[in-house]
Amino acid sequence: MTQMSYMEAIRDGMRVEMKRDSGVYIAGEDVAQFGGCFGVTAGLYDEFGPDRVMNTPISEAVIVGHAVGAAALGLRPIAEIMFVDFMGCCMDELHNQAAKMKYMFGGKAKVPMVVRTPCGAGLGAAAQHSQCLESWFTHIAGVKTVMPGTAADAKGLMIAAIRDDNPVMYIEHKQLLGLTGDVPDGEYVVPLGKADIKREGSDVTIVAWSWMLQKSLAAAEKLAAEGINVEVLDPRTLVPLDKDAILKSVSKTGKLVIVHEEIKTSGFGGEISAIVAEEGFDYLDAPIKRVAAPDTPIPFSPILEQTFIPSEEKIIEAVKALF
Amino acid sequence: MDIQKKQLLEFYQQMVTIRIFESRVCELFAAGQIPGFVHSSLGQEAIAAGVMACVEKDDKVGLHHRSHGEMIAKGADMNKMMAELFGKATGTCKGKGGSMHIADMDLGILGANGILGAGYAIATGAAFACQYNETKDIALCLFGDGQSNRGPFHESLNVAALWKLPIVFICENNGFGLSNPVKEHLATDCVSDRAAAYGIPGVTVDGNDVLAVYETTLEAVDRARKGNGPSLLEFTTWRWHGHFEGDPAVYKDAQEQEEWLKKDPIPRFAKQLLEQKNATQAELDEMQAKGEALVDAAVKFAEESPWPDVSELFTDVYDRQM
Amino acid sequence: MQMTYAEAIRDAMRVELKRDPKVYLAGEDIGVFGGCFGVTAGLLDEFGPKRIVDTPISENFIVGHAVGSSACGLRPIVEIMFNDFIAVCFDEMCNQAAKVRYMFGGKADVGMVLRMPIGAGIGAAAQHSQSLEGLLTHIPGLISVIPSTPADAKGLLISAIRDDNPVIFYEHKQMYGMPGEVPEGDYTIPIGKADIKREGSDVTIVTWSWMVQKSLAAAEKLAAEGINAEVLDPRTLIPLDKEAILKSVAKTGKLVIVHEEVKTSGFGGEIAAIVSEEGFDYLDAPIKRVAAPDTPIPFSPALEQAYIPSEEKIIEAVKALF
Repeated sequence: MTQMSYMEAIRDGMRVEMKRDSGVYIAGEDVAQFGGCFGVTAGLYDEFGPDRVMNTPISEAVIVGHAVGAAALGLRPIAEIMFVDFMGCCMDELHNQAAKMKYMFGGKAKVPMVVRTPCGAGLGAAAQHSQCLESWFTHIAGVKTVMPGTAADAKGLMIAAIRDDNPVMYIEHKQLLGLTGDVPDGEYVVPLGKADIKREGSDVTIVAWSWMLQKSLAAAEKLAAEGINVEVLDPRTLVPLDKDAILKSVSKTGKLVIVHEEIKTSGFGGEISAIVAEEGFDYLDAPIKRVAAPDTPIPFSPILEQTFIPSEEKIIEAVKALF
Repeated sequence: MDIQKKQLLEFYQQMVTIRIFESRVCELFAAGQIPGFVHSSLGQEAIAAGVMACVEKDDKVGLHHRSHGEMIAKGADMNKMMAELFGKATGTCKGKGGSMHIADMDLGILGANGILGAGYAIATGAAFACQYNETKDIALCLFGDGQSNRGPFHESLNVAALWKLPIVFICENNGFGLSNPVKEHLATDCVSDRAAAYGIPGVTVDGNDVLAVYETTLEAVDRARKGNGPSLLEFTTWRWHGHFEGDPAVYKDAQEQEEWLKKDPIPRFAKQLLEQKNATQAELDEMQAKGEALVDAAVKFAEESPWPDVSELFTDVYDRQM
Repeated sequence: MQMTYAEAIRDAMRVELKRDPKVYLAGEDIGVFGGCFGVTAGLLDEFGPKRIVDTPISENFIVGHAVGSSACGLRPIVEIMFNDFIAVCFDEMCNQAAKVRYMFGGKADVGMVLRMPIGAGIGAAAQHSQSLEGLLTHIPGLISVIPSTPADAKGLLISAIRDDNPVIFYEHKQMYGMPGEVPEGDYTIPIGKADIKREGSDVTIVTWSWMVQKSLAAAEKLAAEGINAEVLDPRTLIPLDKEAILKSVAKTGKLVIVHEEVKTSGFGGEIAAIVSEEGFDYLDAPIKRVAAPDTPIPFSPALEQAYIPSEEKIIEAVKALF
């Protein structure tokens, strides 16, 4: 175990795999000497050299598109897209190419690639550099979507993502990059598709991921002081989704609140709600609540942005409304 | 070219005002008064001043993320601009856009853009509207060397050339795409080499020479206005600061930076004005003082302006409440 | 008068092209060729090349230019040949068209329509058969319209063209040849208003586009077995007529949502979540979704037919609630 930040844990996950497998390489804008826009790849260029850590021009379609070709030929690219918002510039390469190649080719191609990209508001970066867009990727059959909420998960899921033979969207949260935690050393793998109960409870289930996991845990502590014992479940990967863990928790608590930073409409919370409304209807003794950002673009002004981001207060309010 | 003294002095005024504005923005950012991301255009003032002197109020302009200078030179209200950078209710965009999305449709400014390379098609669409409406208006599309590597560059230049749209594509080659020097992100020597692919004029000109910028742009604007189609201009300059404020830019070569700082477009033009007796030192000092006063007033306006009401979060998503 | 769904769409465009000189069409092969599915056939002859504009194969230009031209006052109707190709111009739609008004503090109207055909069933495989409406409902600022009859197609398209926001208009390939009674001339249907296509009392089926037709056929068969299904067509997904859905579920107590998108993160999940939150007490049974499985779309007709939600699957889902 080593105490390290979420960002260091991501880097450590990449380092472990780059040492183990010479086919793993990193490509993206300013990922080499500069260390990436948020410093996540810092030092890897010095350690692994220019053949393994490569700067690209500002050409998102090539960053993701080239990875599809390289992965199909047996390499294991980790492509960095500087902000998840920029996925709009390379959506076809992910959606119509990476995701579908294996299927279209009758199983005869593997596309083991990872797209690493940061999401999230709170930096005053406005409408095109602050979004959470994970539900987009969950709508594309053939892509896995990973969203770690702790440092240890960041490492274990990164290693699992790199070793996976499918395209994986690995979405980091900017607000979590400095969050520290105990992280297992060496080859530590968290399997894709396995939820984690981050806090056990009996009165209500909160399903939350990424930064909202941390906010939900804080809210749960405050609710405990008021006598409401919250279970906080972190799916960790949205596709594949650990449906059974969610249903099991709801069968215990009878109540479900889903918290995410994406805007509400067509956010992944809707999918989880729909699954429980179909497969766990009889467990429910109250409406399913969603706490999410409102249906607006992300405003620049800090006062507006803070209102946009789901808060502990809103989580607490949603939970209390069920009692 | 015989340029009127009034215009020459206007170039100088614009350049110093932009310099003062941008310097102050950097200070305010460092002091925590301006949130978010700021991409400074310090060192690139001659392009903003020279280019915008060639267009009329009704001409359309598509900008990029490093475009405060062009906004000012096109005539934007600096008070509202500064308020926008602060995130105040009185800002150009009511505080909703910030530096990366600063815009003013009343002046035909279709916005800075946070998505590098997204501006080509939007500006080309504006040029299409000018042609469609049979006005004499034209569009400008400004972008950096780094974003010239996005795919939409090709689509828009091809169509603009094919349809002879009234647009001028202007690359501000400031030496870097974020941390990457031009020679490491561009397969050719110049962005303007690509003009040949579209059968349009392409030139590379010293972007720290305001008169060269002006004359080159004027010719391209004239060509566009006459219905002869687009041009691709490349103005070489140097980004004094990092990609964003807070980027220490350790990737820069110290000697190269030193050499470029000596090519500062402002003292260079001041020297020309004085030598050719188009201005006295007193006049230059006066313009400097005017710039300082304008920026002081803008900062004061921004500081004293109210924050947006939180209900503003929900407005302007659509033309009506849904 | 009687006309097909494709003719109704064309009729709407014709009405608006005649009424408003700012309306124009742009897209790949929409002129002489009449569009890949023939929807724009004849319009070039009627309105000429200025109004009916063929573009190169440049999707991000097609959408991006419409952002610029509509911000400058034109009313572009752009066609993307297949919904699948939206990924090639995703940024232009999601980060530009959708956000310009908000980022600019309300100072820009982006009155554009993006027409796209969706749907499987013609052996067009993984990249030419998708229904992807659930992706763009996630982006505030965009309106999503998805008609299921010729009359709705006409009335909604005219409303879409007149709307000051970017509207995505989804046409289903399987319905282009479907005839129906369509009002002549200036006929509009308000955006955001659901339509009960079949009244019933036992179960509510919420469905759109081609699946409305399948659900109506299923409802007839269910009626023969004594189950009286109400078929509610929201017609527009954004804005969604939530009240109509909740009202219907309040009456029937049961909800089945049917769409052709893949199940995971399809728009059915959003509707289920709204009802689970705001109409929980109306429900006396689980909410069912009938949707395509989470796979790409296979080529082989045998597999493709198994992929598309069928009448049988709708009937089975409804019966499972009784």
